[in-house]
Amino acid sequence: MNDALSHPAAPPYVDRDQHSVANHLGMWTFLATEILFFGGLFTGYTVLRWAHPHAFAEGSRHLEFWIGTANTAVLLTSSLFVALADLAIKRDDRRAARRHLVAAGLLGAAFLGLKGFEYFQKFQEHLVPGSGFDAHGAQPALQLFFFLYFLMTGLHALHMLFGLGAIGWLLRQIGRGAVSRERPDAVAIVGLYWHFVDCVWIFLYPLLYLIGG
Amino acid sequence: MSLLVESSKAPPRMPSYLEAGHTVRSWLFTLDHKRIGILYMAAITVFFSIAASAAALMRIELLTPAGDVVTSETYNRLFTMHGVLMVWFFLIPSIPSVLGNFIIPLMIGARDVAFPRLNLLSWYLFMAGGILATYSIVAGGVDTGWTFYTPYSSTYSNGHVMAMAAGVFIAGFSSIATGLNFIVTIHKLRAPGLTWTRLPLFLWSMYATSIILVLATPVLAITLVLMAMERLWGVGIFDPKLGGDPLLFQHLFWFYSHPAVYIMILPGMGVVSETLAAFARKPVFGYRVVAASSMAIAILGFLVWGHHMFVSSQSVYAGVVFSLLSFLVAVPSAIKVFSWTATLYRGHITFETPMLYALGFIGLFTVGGLTGIFLASLAVDVHVHDTYFVIAHFHYIMVGGMVMAYMGGLHYWWPKISGRLYHEWTARIAALITFIGFNLTFFPQFVLGYLGMPRRYHMYPEQFQTLNVLSTAGASILAVGYALPLFYLGWSFFFGRRAGPNPWGATGLEWKTASPAPEHNFETTPVVTTGAYAYDAEGNP
Ligand SMILES: [Cu+2]
Repeated sequence: MNDALSHPAAPPYVDRDQHSVANHLGMWTFLATEILFFGGLFTGYTVLRWAHPHAFAEGSRHLEFWIGTANTAVLLTSSLFVALADLAIKRDDRRAARRHLVAAGLLGAAFLGLKGFEYFQKFQEHLVPGSGFDAHGAQPALQLFFFLYFLMTGLHALHMLFGLGAIGWLLRQIGRGAVSRERPDAVAIVGLYWHFVDCVWIFLYPLLYLIGG
Repeated sequence: MSLLVESSKAPPRMPSYLEAGHTVRSWLFTLDHKRIGILYMAAITVFFSIAASAAALMRIELLTPAGDVVTSETYNRLFTMHGVLMVWFFLIPSIPSVLGNFIIPLMIGARDVAFPRLNLLSWYLFMAGGILATYSIVAGGVDTGWTFYTPYSSTYSNGHVMAMAAGVFIAGFSSIATGLNFIVTIHKLRAPGLTWTRLPLFLWSMYATSIILVLATPVLAITLVLMAMERLWGVGIFDPKLGGDPLLFQHLFWFYSHPAVYIMILPGMGVVSETLAAFARKPVFGYRVVAASSMAIAILGFLVWGHHMFVSSQSVYAGVVFSLLSFLVAVPSAIKVFSWTATLYRGHITFETPMLYALGFIGLFTVGGLTGIFLASLAVDVHVHDTYFVIAHFHYIMVGGMVMAYMGGLHYWWPKISGRLYHEWTARIAALITFIGFNLTFFPQFVLGYLGMPRRYHMYPEQFQTLNVLSTAGASILAVGYALPLFYLGWSFFFGRRAGPNPWGATGLEWKTASPAPEHNFETTPVVTTGAYAYDAEGNP
């Protein structure tokens, strides 16, 4: 609420319970939007892979299997820590909650680090569309695969960055006591978002890394 | 609907939302849903005027068969500007963001929407998108049409496609924020006793609209991202030359844009239900069916997008299925028209301005809907595809339907917004002028289209001139109909007679509180004990 205003608008809620369910429903609705947002990309992927199955398999073989697999493990573990943080805050163990969130955040950063390393590799191999892409003698549709690869993982990484920001904000709120056993919602709501971003990756991993055979 | 808790005899009067701060700052940083609704109203009035001027120029060009007023290049930019601004910067936010924002919390007995800050953010996003779109127009415009079809938009167009697409992209997030806010508000902030089956039908239609806003808009967003990336990097995701698929763009675009048609009509249907009940002084006939038909339209609306692609290279079998599904979506729409007609039967009808707009809506929407059935038929569509028949059809829905409903809703809730009454007869005459002007503008276009005049050309063979002159004449009359409210509503805002809480004697929680609405909407939280539209046999609330 902006105190500088002479008549700040009233909060619309009658009590904390109502506020809490509204926040949850708000996040779920937002995630529905997100599903359709990524859904458009997955549709594009399906159509183009149907049209160019060999180029897509070829593209998949250019990705680092071990990076994709390691990142899957890293991300799933980070989701575990977010869930543990939610349990901890509900037990009123704020120290544990913060510890778990820090672990989740570090794993998230590790994911982005590995992703960045892979991007750098692709750049060296001239596999970045739009900047001197070299199909290495393979079909030109290879570029479509890498375009989708960068766009899908890039948007996913952008969502991760927002998630890391949200975790940082949570750490501060817990430190200030603004999020506690009495008001634990924020952890669960950020958690919902984090798990969603995790789920997107669970679809990206096989579609991008495992189809090369 | 009635209040158990009557306010005490001489309550300390709460300041109205208009009195709560007079600085520019108190408006631009307001978290009050009513003020945000007014901010939206101001913004969309400006965008409407710009888009309408583009239409006026086009109608002037089409007075004569020769292309003598503007070049074909300019003409392309005019209809693109008209389409983009009217769709995304007027129609989509019109009833939801202006009237919905203002009236939804009042109708459900809440103090505000669920997320007031998000609501304010949505207005800023809308303005940012609007400014980008305006920049794109000032910088030279876009010639792709509002549909941004690829590979033209992504490869060949020399217009300012990126700025325009960015503007629409950002405005899309304001739609999503508004839809999300309304869904949570209607679910969680209803007054005690206001169950789902007591909900006024405007709320049902806004709920259905919000579902479409939340589920369809992100697909448009990602489609525009793909188009922009292709334009930026020359990667051919939609370009067949580079292995891409141009139909993919059309599928994704219409997956949003057909449901978006329902974003542009469902709210209008809600306004009409409210208005008819208020001025026929009867409950809406078949309340539950009307509510359910809003949801049915929202759901079925997601399954019919392929009817825009009958003459693309889409598979014939897909065409047949999309055609059948498009017929199906006409059923809930027709149910509404039948219910409205039955509502009027033996009602205590009076013809105040909002009622005139609502009746106009029913007639024009029916014409627009029935011609939609023509277009949903595969064989007929091949004949009239991309002709003025299509233009006339969707203007009957969007202008004859949604704009009439917006004007009707604006007049209906004007006393709650301004606290004052407008001059009734001036307003009635304006409504009549709008109706006549609209029909004269667009009915000839049905004929033109049937005779084969294609859309999007700035010249035409001489035999089409008479009908085109009629259409331009109608547009001039329509312009008068739209200009008049600016004056008499503006006058009413400052000098109109005080309205009192319930000038129409209507049911509904919004009429139980003062006019203009108090800053916090209600002195005490209302309790609802009856269904919506609880008029007795004499038509008293
Ligand atoms: Cu359609």
